[in-house]
Amino acid sequence: MPAVPFEYHGPATLDEAIGLLARYGERAKALAGGQSLVPLLTLRLARPEVVVDLNGIQELRVVRRDGDDLFIGALVRHRALERGEGALAACAILREAAALIGNVRVRTLGTIGGSLAHADPAAELPAVVRALDGTLVVRGAAGERAIPAHEFFIGALTTALAPDEVIVGIRLPVLGPGVGYAVTEFTRRAGDFAIVAAVAVVEVRPAGEIARARVALAGVGSTPIRLPGVEAALRSERPDPRTLRRAAEGAAREIEPEGDAHASAAYRRHLARVLTARALERAAAAAADGRPA
Amino acid sequence: MNERAITFTLNGRPREVQVPAHRTLLDVLRDDLGALEVKEGCGEGVCGTCTVLLDDEPVSACLVLIPRVAGRRITTVRGLGEGEALHPLQEAFATHGAAQCGFCIPGMLLTAYAFLREHPTPSREEIRRAIAGNLCRCTGYAKIIDAIARVAEGRAGRG
Repeated sequence: MPAVPFEYHGPATLDEAIGLLARYGERAKALAGGQSLVPLLTLRLARPEVVVDLNGIQELRVVRRDGDDLFIGALVRHRALERGEGALAACAILREAAALIGNVRVRTLGTIGGSLAHADPAAELPAVVRALDGTLVVRGAAGERAIPAHEFFIGALTTALAPDEVIVGIRLPVLGPGVGYAVTEFTRRAGDFAIVAAVAVVEVRPAGEIARARVALAGVGSTPIRLPGVEAALRSERPDPRTLRRAAEGAAREIEPEGDAHASAAYRRHLARVLTARALERAAAAAADGRPA
Repeated sequence: MNERAITFTLNGRPREVQVPAHRTLLDVLRDDLGALEVKEGCGEGVCGTCTVLLDDEPVSACLVLIPRVAGRRITTVRGLGEGEALHPLQEAFATHGAAQCGFCIPGMLLTAYAFLREHPTPSREEIRRAIAGNLCRCTGYAKIIDAIARVAEGRAGRG
């Protein structure tokens, strides 16, 4: 079905885009890669009066290294993350996560900013940004602000982004040697959203024990969820498989998943345990090897 | 409402359409430009039948709003061969009997084409993953994978 007709704007600058979003408020939708918005338009689940196409804004394509951080412009496509193009190579966890997104066509056009703004509870990139304690840089009529990931995701498809705000980019820490990571997920069919996805980032001290472990899950709540209990249980432990698996058992106690047509709550808890264990094992092994997973 | 002139290249030929912005590339290709080789399946970007190349990268034509193609290059399956001559992938699909009803094949060929350009000598497993986003309800995929593998082997042999 064709979309309900709308007024289309293709601004060349971020200021212009913000001006349009401020003027039209809830009547407008910002368009990035369109891989979630366009089906909503053609299914007529979304009927904005105005579409503000962000794709012409060069400022949103910037990728730059700022010391220990990588700043990734909101319009950077999943394929660029997957290929580790240019400075993106410094954040190799994004390669692994992006390769799991949808199908190749979604990755050609889909953007990191679009994925975060859409905030699907089962999406990979929000969980990665949450695991890495990333920061979203957003700009609106009132100016620019930085929102930590734990404040950005509010609920399913709901974020702290105001109607007149645009994500400019995401700041993520570059993982050094001694830090391993892994992204694991279970899907019913290739390319589906995950039933549950787990992101683990494990830092191992030279002596061999865990300095810090971070775990985030997608698909077990309305937002990506960190597992502080699992993380605390691993601090200063040696990353042997038994310890990691015992800690991962705790994942089920830290989540309150709901059952739906795709999976029961009990099955999601099971997946949370299994995928957390697998992600931790792979991340810890990579950290011990001193190379990315 | 909001009609605009959009120019882009379709299979090497410059085209201009005068269309409203809410239309998709898929609609415009089929309904305005008669490019009926681009098949509409699910209309939600899942099935892969409407795959076209946008500046050499595969996209779902059903998920591209028409203003997004201004100034870009679109390739459909008609753009793969040279004139009447089939592209080696098309030859291989025919030789291996990789098509039954044929509806998914234009999208499948374009996905395979873009994949082989980036991965000239893939494993069978890599081919399976590459076409995972293109659904075929007839063949069971085995002959499609055979055909793609044959083209890759041919290239490796020549290389």
